[in-house]
Amino acid sequence: MSMNRQGRQTQPNEKSDGSQTQSTHSGNRGLQIEEPLLFELGDTTTTGVDLPKLPDSDHDNATRFGDLARSEPIGLAGLSEPETMRHYVRLSQKNYSIDTGIYPLGSCTMKHNPRLNEKMARLPGMMDIHPLQPQSTVPGAIELMEELAHWLMELTNMQAIALSPKAGAHGELCGMMAIKAAHEHAGDSHRNIVLVPDSAHGTNPATAALIGYKVRSVPAQSDGTVTAASVKEALDENVAAIMLTNPNTGGVFEREIVEIAELIHEAGAYFYCDGANFNAIAGKVRPGDLGVDAMHFNLHKTFSTPHGGGGPGSGPVVLSRRLAPFAPYPFLQREGETAKLVENSADHAGDDHHPFGRMTAFHGQWGMYTRALTYMRSHGVDGLRQASEDAVLNANYVRACLSGHMSLAFGEDHICMHEVLFDDAFLKGTGVTTLDFAKAMIDEGFHPMTVYFPLIVHGAMLVEPTESESKASLDQFIHVMIALTKQAKEGQSEHFSSAPVFTPRGRLDETGAARKPILRWLPEKEMSTE
Amino acid sequence: MRYLPLSDIDRQQMLAKVGVADIDELFADVPSGKLLKDLPNLPLMVGEMAVEQRMSQLAACNLSAGEAKGFFVGAGAYRHHVPATVDHLIQRSEFLTAYTPYQPEISQGTLQVLFEFQTQVALLTGMEVANASMYDGSTATAEAVLMARRVTRRKKAIVSGNLHPHYRDVVKNMEHFSGGDLMLCDPAYDGAEDLAALIDEETACVVVQTPDFYGNLHNYTRLAQAAHAKKALLIVVVTEIVSLGALKSPGEMGADIVVAEGQSLGCGLDFGGPYVGLFAIRQKYIRQMPGRLCGKTVDVDGQQGFVLTLSTREQHIRREKATSNICTNSGLMALAFSIHMTLLGEKGLRGLADLNHGAAAQLAEKLTAIKGVELVTKRFFNEFTLKLPKPASEVVEALAEQKILAGVPVSRLLPENEDGQNLLVVAATEMVSAAQSDLFAKVLKEVLA
Repeated sequence: MSMNRQGRQTQPNEKSDGSQTQSTHSGNRGLQIEEPLLFELGDTTTTGVDLPKLPDSDHDNATRFGDLARSEPIGLAGLSEPETMRHYVRLSQKNYSIDTGIYPLGSCTMKHNPRLNEKMARLPGMMDIHPLQPQSTVPGAIELMEELAHWLMELTNMQAIALSPKAGAHGELCGMMAIKAAHEHAGDSHRNIVLVPDSAHGTNPATAALIGYKVRSVPAQSDGTVTAASVKEALDENVAAIMLTNPNTGGVFEREIVEIAELIHEAGAYFYCDGANFNAIAGKVRPGDLGVDAMHFNLHKTFSTPHGGGGPGSGPVVLSRRLAPFAPYPFLQREGETAKLVENSADHAGDDHHPFGRMTAFHGQWGMYTRALTYMRSHGVDGLRQASEDAVLNANYVRACLSGHMSLAFGEDHICMHEVLFDDAFLKGTGVTTLDFAKAMIDEGFHPMTVYFPLIVHGAMLVEPTESESKASLDQFIHVMIALTKQAKEGQSEHFSSAPVFTPRGRLDETGAARKPILRWLPEKEMSTE
Repeated sequence: MRYLPLSDIDRQQMLAKVGVADIDELFADVPSGKLLKDLPNLPLMVGEMAVEQRMSQLAACNLSAGEAKGFFVGAGAYRHHVPATVDHLIQRSEFLTAYTPYQPEISQGTLQVLFEFQTQVALLTGMEVANASMYDGSTATAEAVLMARRVTRRKKAIVSGNLHPHYRDVVKNMEHFSGGDLMLCDPAYDGAEDLAALIDEETACVVVQTPDFYGNLHNYTRLAQAAHAKKALLIVVVTEIVSLGALKSPGEMGADIVVAEGQSLGCGLDFGGPYVGLFAIRQKYIRQMPGRLCGKTVDVDGQQGFVLTLSTREQHIRREKATSNICTNSGLMALAFSIHMTLLGEKGLRGLADLNHGAAAQLAEKLTAIKGVELVTKRFFNEFTLKLPKPASEVVEALAEQKILAGVPVSRLLPENEDGQNLLVVAATEMVSAAQSDLFAKVLKEVLA
């Protein structure tokens, strides 16, 4: 029996918490099957596709390419079709997903992904069309984009849209570029500062810095919100914009947002709203009514396009009338009965558009447009409002039920929007950290909440149940959270520090991974020479 | 509403537990007058059947590639056959509805896929390491230029005139806003471009493409040497990844950063997205690389496992000092790419590449037999440029009326280039049959007559 450095046994017959399980000859445990790397399974001569024969030709491809022909082996492993199926099915079984259970990852909005969306996105007229086939052959695609644009602008009371950004952070970049372009157009290039609250997503300051702005931090109140007074203090003639998330990253609606917008506009700056949390207010509040100049959506958050293990996202940006002329290529334009996509300057010569440029090749994340519109049409505007209300109700229900057990970051009586923020005060003196607590949730069959974000709260735990959870699901979640809290307070810190134990792998050595990065597979002989 | 599990009774009980009488009390922080009383003017909820009917109507208005009598459009997005297994596997709940693997103990599936994907991309491009993917090829190219500026601490980027015009525009846009210094070259349709003489001590990078936008193949070995002599980086862009089944890799030529569009494997056309950007580099630049990275490690019991790593480069830790503002990859499309690559294997990829070139070579022969049609591209993979005796956009429209999607007129992307008006970029993949090529040649001849 071998032991690791902590004196724990390394064989799977005794788990690290000391509980006994029966050992197996294969290393598998029932449905938990160990799966080697593709490169350990396959080889370069195996293939899982049967290609047609080469057409008769006088050409010898290799000689035609001359000095450019690939002469060395590539080393790509292949598998037959049944082996491929098993490899990926086994890997999939090592993942938690929304379809498995509650996934209360605050700020990420892990809601149900309707399969109708997938079905519609795969219609041949949606999936099998090329971005550069003549526009005259894709009127349905252009109409769909117009319809999606109409929904997004109506829901926000905004006047223009750029559909093309590839993800939320790309949408932020697009919105901030439009703002910078507007300042440049007005000869206001001296404005070099962007205000960002310290509760903001990390992408906000990263985006501002990327396009040459200096970031000036605005402090948050004890309840995570920003006051008009603190914005006023940070404002001067060099401020180009503010980037504000609403509802904010602590799940609180910015109460002074209208006054903040007025101050920003009086100072000649623009108001960028991070729309990551629009799912809390869709159908209830229109950002255009609050004075917002630009806001991105995350179609994968608010409008249920799949998160896919980390993308693809899709980040359309709505713009106010003042920013509308600066929307990038491509943009939609209507000429009488027909709409067209304006792809470059020759398509709109002589009009009053000043597009700032192009964010991406082609027209953006089309496949996500079809899914998002399918979701919107399914819900209708009444269903979208109900979804927002249910998301807010679910979060407040979790808040009310866990009040007095876990510590609410902004106090016991503070209502929240779609997500509720706890800090680690309730773990004080228990020896259990936020991370330990999250790992113990994994053993209970839950995906943990977002941890250590936002940064303004110590040991943050941000819970976003979404509208997709039933009351029964929430009750079970609440029951377990209370039980874990009790266990922590009773001094059972070992239960937490050793978690998780019922997973394919125990806690992983992240420090070691970063110190000596191994980022790809190499054949053993090459590994040993490193 | 079928997606919402709460009943009205649940809602009443929950409101009571929260201690409010009405849902709008939970929206009390919304400034007065800003909470909507009426619904915005949009359609109301409908059942699945009605949505399906409406979406199908829209889809039916489009001429899909499969429905066309011939499909020859490429220019950065290629129609390849995607095995049924790929689409089935990417719709597994555990892949489709998981998120970024923040909790590695319950995300080993996604993480191992990313590790395998990174290895496949590194092997294909001939580079040492690759990241877990980017949004697409064009945005990856812009990120590569930013990275080259960080590595060299220089501002100037020399961009080939034969880079995909959309990629060029994306780079131009990013450089404009981020304070870079760009030298954009004019296209050389036949591929006769030599950028070596332009490289100087201020140059951060040279950005080139092969096969280039017009289909020309390039050996950039000498250009790499010229760049390295001035301590500049060579960025090689590949928009048709299948070409690397037949052609020498950019890594072999001496590229420092390889960016590619991975759409050809696993993705389908999808009217331009979502696709998957590939990004591969030399190991020594790893800490300046944008995007997510997956690394191998061990768990507390010493068993092999995978985690996201080197995240100290990223925005959620570094905020305004991050290497990039990107916080997602193109996870699901990277998975599709990886599964398709696994099914092909090296043998399948090489076979597929041969089929593509064969189809294109045959098509080129048939089309250039037409009087007045010239082949501009001398050495190509599965795409080439033709010079027609008429403006290419008119020809494309005329062919589209007969349900033949003939290619991309250069003027659609470069309307300002007078000398490009008659140029047509034509692609042929393994999906093109001999009969379709024959029909294309026949109808083109009629249209030009």
